[in-house]
Amino acid sequence: MAYLELDRVAKQFGTQTVVDDFSLAVGKGEFISFLGPSGCGKTTTLQMIAGFLDPTRGAIRLEDKDLTAVHPAKRGLGIVFQSYALFPHMTAAENVAFGLEMRNVPRTERAERVRAALAMVGLAGFEDRHPRRMSGGQQQRVALARALVIKPSVLLLDEPLSNLDAKLREEMQIELRQIQRTIGTTTILVTHDQNEAMSLSDRIVVMSQGKIEQIGTPQETYEKPASAFVSQFLGKTNDFAGMIDRTVVPTQLVAGSWRAPAPAGLGGPVTVSIRPERIGFGDAGLSAKILTRIFQGNHWLFQCDSECGPAIVIRQNDGQAQPVEGDAVRLTWRPEDMSVRTRAVA
Amino acid sequence: MSAVAEEGSARAPWALTAPALMLFVGVLLIPLAMTVMLSFHDWGQYKGIEPVFILKNWHEIATDPYYAEMFWRTFRIAILTTLLTALLGAPEAYILNRMDGRWKSFFLLVILGPLLISVVARTLGWALLFGGNNGLVNKLLMSLGVMRSPIPFMFTETGMVVALAHVMMPFMVLSVWAALQRLDPQIENAAMSLGAGPGTTIRRIIMPQIMPGVLSGAIIVFSLSASAFATPAIIGGRRLKVAATLAYDEFLNTLNWPLGAAVATLLLVALVLIVVGSNALIERRYAEVFR
Repeated sequence: MAYLELDRVAKQFGTQTVVDDFSLAVGKGEFISFLGPSGCGKTTTLQMIAGFLDPTRGAIRLEDKDLTAVHPAKRGLGIVFQSYALFPHMTAAENVAFGLEMRNVPRTERAERVRAALAMVGLAGFEDRHPRRMSGGQQQRVALARALVIKPSVLLLDEPLSNLDAKLREEMQIELRQIQRTIGTTTILVTHDQNEAMSLSDRIVVMSQGKIEQIGTPQETYEKPASAFVSQFLGKTNDFAGMIDRTVVPTQLVAGSWRAPAPAGLGGPVTVSIRPERIGFGDAGLSAKILTRIFQGNHWLFQCDSECGPAIVIRQNDGQAQPVEGDAVRLTWRPEDMSVRTRAVA
Repeated sequence: MSAVAEEGSARAPWALTAPALMLFVGVLLIPLAMTVMLSFHDWGQYKGIEPVFILKNWHEIATDPYYAEMFWRTFRIAILTTLLTALLGAPEAYILNRMDGRWKSFFLLVILGPLLISVVARTLGWALLFGGNNGLVNKLLMSLGVMRSPIPFMFTETGMVVALAHVMMPFMVLSVWAALQRLDPQIENAAMSLGAGPGTTIRRIIMPQIMPGVLSGAIIVFSLSASAFATPAIIGGRRLKVAATLAYDEFLNTLNWPLGAAVATLLLVALVLIVVGSNALIERRYAEVFR
């Protein structure tokens, strides 16, 4: 049974529909990411769950109870804001204690829980620091402790790591995942960073222009993108224009000089999508010329000009000799690594 | 070569600030020093000002209860004005800050309005509304039978506080407004998500953060009200004098310049001490919010 359920939720600002027909069932303890470019409605959806915005249509239910009828102050959700929104006039401990004070938790228990929460996020000994005297990463941890100390039914994270530098962000990702696993709080993360979404979540909700494009595990969304948008947004991808040739038996899928038995159920012009790391250099296949070759440590990145337009190829740096710029190559891939969609012809 | 260049560059800031510095010294420091000097001179009805060094004026101010009453009234009016602007201005700024863009700029203009009108015209406006039996509001209230006699406004401390508060309101609103701009836009949502109601949020989260703004606005309003001249002169006139109008009268009516200078100097010193002192207190108390 769904723990948190969004049922055909929509939000309109004037005539503009920001979120439309958003349905999602979140299981207890699940870590869900709303992933999409800015303006896709992911933050708006989060704010509707938090109660800062009222949905125009649809229902939000927590454990089968209508959440939209509950005042935001009574929802008992933990929220970490992009800007952290810490109270600058209070110390770290006072910040964390605020939610417990509002719940009338007795003083001794409060102190104990605040200490434990700060210790959990690795800030033991920082109790008396004021937020403005802390680094971005430390403020982030205080914000997380403040949201978790109230034992929220759902933890909402609004782009919490986007203000941190790359290295710190990676550390925090790992830590966030560990903390979430340990205490098992149902968590919803809003992010535009696909790596963050993939490394943290059990499931990803890919959004675009207010609509859900795909809901799936990180692997599913990456390997089996439901739409062109998803495959473009989640990592790099190559889209080649292909054609299903029904004049031969068995029918064949043709893209330039690359051909393979056609998948069932499709005909006419199609788009073939392949991830750059699934393309290899072979003796037969799509003919292409290497334009640039970039060394990136553990892998090589090739930009090629192929029969079917520009192509990107990523090869592991396994010590084998790699083609150089200007080489004519043949690009090849296994049929199971590609996804084929019908292509609309203008 | 490089030594010459260094010497030149060391001199450059002085050379560049010299014109402003000379203006500052010429029109501010020298007259101020002369006023302080003047306060130690002697004066007589028939002999005029005598450039000697005596403490007569200071002694008179210190011993005559007339002056104590005058200064006490000045600061009482300034404190009440400050309290009134804070009580009205801080909520006003908060409401203004929550308004939609178009209304916000309109009402900001309304609040700034008093600054665009001459202080004399504005105060006379108050006099027209409440001045005696012919004041517009008084006439209306009396003809409606709400009251028998006019509201006492002219020549009262209440009138002065109200008129001053009207004049000073923009300074308080703008100063609180500036503090509100520094607030994290999500801070109220954060407090709400932790279970705080609107009242608690304002009291525990918003107020402490805009307090420095309220206090710096209070310093501006207090020092401007304590040294205000036009409004007390029109509302209070000769009957209800404050330090500024007292100094004016000593200079221009009694022609006792040294005594007037002593009053002005005392007002200046008292204000500087109060402002610097409270500023230091605020900065220490709210160090964390100011960072």
